[in-house]
Amino acid sequence: MVLTLWRQPAVRVLLLAIAAVLCVLGFMTINVQTDWAFILQHRGSRLLALLLAASAIGLSTVLFQTITHSRLLTPALMGFDVLFVLVNTLVLLIFGGAELAGWPSSLRVGLQMLLMVGLALLLFRLLFSGSVRSLHLMILLGMLAGMLFRELSELGARVLDPSEFGISSGVRQASFSRVNTELLAVSAVALTLGGLLLLRWRRYLDVLSLGRDIAVNLGVAHGRVVLGIMAVVAIMVSVATVLVGPTLFFGLLIANLAYWITGTQRHRWTLPASVLAGIICLVGGQVLLEQLLASTLPLALVIELAGGLLFIALLLRGVRQ
Amino acid sequence: MIETRGVSKRYGDTLVVDDVSLSIPKGGFTSIIGPNGAGKSTLLSMISRLTPMNAGSVVVDGMDVTRTPGNVLARRLSILRQDNQTSLRLSVRDLVAFGRFPHSGGRLTAEDLRHVDEAMEYLQLHEYRDRPIDELSGGQRQRAYVAMVMCQDTDYVLLDEPLNNIDMRFAVDMMQLLRRAADEKGKTVVVVLHDINFASCYSDHIIAMRRGRPVYQGAPEQIIRDEVLRDLYEMDIRVHEVNGQRICVYFRMG
Repeated sequence: MVLTLWRQPAVRVLLLAIAAVLCVLGFMTINVQTDWAFILQHRGSRLLALLLAASAIGLSTVLFQTITHSRLLTPALMGFDVLFVLVNTLVLLIFGGAELAGWPSSLRVGLQMLLMVGLALLLFRLLFSGSVRSLHLMILLGMLAGMLFRELSELGARVLDPSEFGISSGVRQASFSRVNTELLAVSAVALTLGGLLLLRWRRYLDVLSLGRDIAVNLGVAHGRVVLGIMAVVAIMVSVATVLVGPTLFFGLLIANLAYWITGTQRHRWTLPASVLAGIICLVGGQVLLEQLLASTLPLALVIELAGGLLFIALLLRGVRQ
Repeated sequence: MIETRGVSKRYGDTLVVDDVSLSIPKGGFTSIIGPNGAGKSTLLSMISRLTPMNAGSVVVDGMDVTRTPGNVLARRLSILRQDNQTSLRLSVRDLVAFGRFPHSGGRLTAEDLRHVDEAMEYLQLHEYRDRPIDELSGGQRQRAYVAMVMCQDTDYVLLDEPLNNIDMRFAVDMMQLLRRAADEKGKTVVVVLHDINFASCYSDHIIAMRRGRPVYQGAPEQIIRDEVLRDLYEMDIRVHEVNGQRICVYFRMG
């Protein structure tokens, strides 16, 4: 009885949800000594940023893996996070920091996201048009793209004057403790928008994981749906990068945790599971490191290390198969 | 009826399918045979809109396959290719149920469930029902995918090398089943086959291709003949009549 219950993805996702709620409660209440009102507000906005980032990274990674039929490729590995950093620098370069300072930040981020969606679709079509067949070559190309975008945005940053550089440097390094709470509202709106777009295509997701030919056979307008989902991925990558900066292996880690925990490839389970796994890693990790261990070790470092080890393990397993 | 009009496909400098105009009659069992590289699979995948063509058009029951909405076509014509995803964490039953997607859009009705059960029965998959497909043998997996297209319940069923990876017993079962689908359910079955003896014993109509063009077409008695096969495959093949079936012998000559 217990065993059959345990096999149900619904039960497993429910347990994940309970763990995530416990992490959130811990994050809000542990080591509160003085002013509750202040702490709740301060931690609350940080918590919200972490929840949004976990959702954006979890959803975008699982979706990207579905449309690329891989458990190894992620938007971050293919250089999409750094592409947003580059877009950020480009927008500053073109419009100038002084000009942009007058704009509401939501307008600036909105413009960046729009540009990001366009460039991401272009990059996606370039990489995944079917000309690159080898997975290893694909990973190599992604890493190269990432390096190129990083160098270009460095170059751009050098051209900017110091005050503009200040605006752009916030999104250039991954950090889960110094999150950008200023852009919470615009991030939440963008994430909701991406989620609504996703609802339109939710029925196609499982069919897409069967492969292109079978999806077409079953009547899915494959090219259009895949580009639509890629646009959603681009929006979510932007949200995550705005909030916590570019990550490399975090998405890979939580997506694979989601597959492993749910034991299925059904998106109705893997999508929420990836978000919950992300929340447990980010919020729970923060509680563990900052409050319980009182460590100064950055969480981003720990998570990227774990994700990097997983990447190597998956790569080696893939080679052997 | 399936009609191709001047269909061509080019990969780089090579013309894989060269200006093919042919018609496949509605109903019955049609096999496409021919040596490697004849363009059989490419033609089949252009007919089923999986591969875009460089020239020409394909019309299925009056519908142009490149212009008809995908989900409309998916209720009339189904296609199964050789290499399908093998690493999916998905139970056999869930995979078969995807065949109903063009009809119900993912939410299964009682009618859908009946089709799923019938297809599983048809392919003797009931004992594997809850097994994830990545744990199946090649032959079992192939049957699960065929069950999925059967469950799609289309007038036209196109299969590219359905006998690959399966042993003799299941190969015979598979051909019997496809034959029954044509006889009892009135489906039009179109199959690319490598084994000319299976084509000889089960087909109503055979299309023989070589170097991108159909070179012979007709009933098995017209195609399964020494001189036709010798010309088609450029090798010595002798046809013998055994128990009323035309069997090709080519394994050891001289």
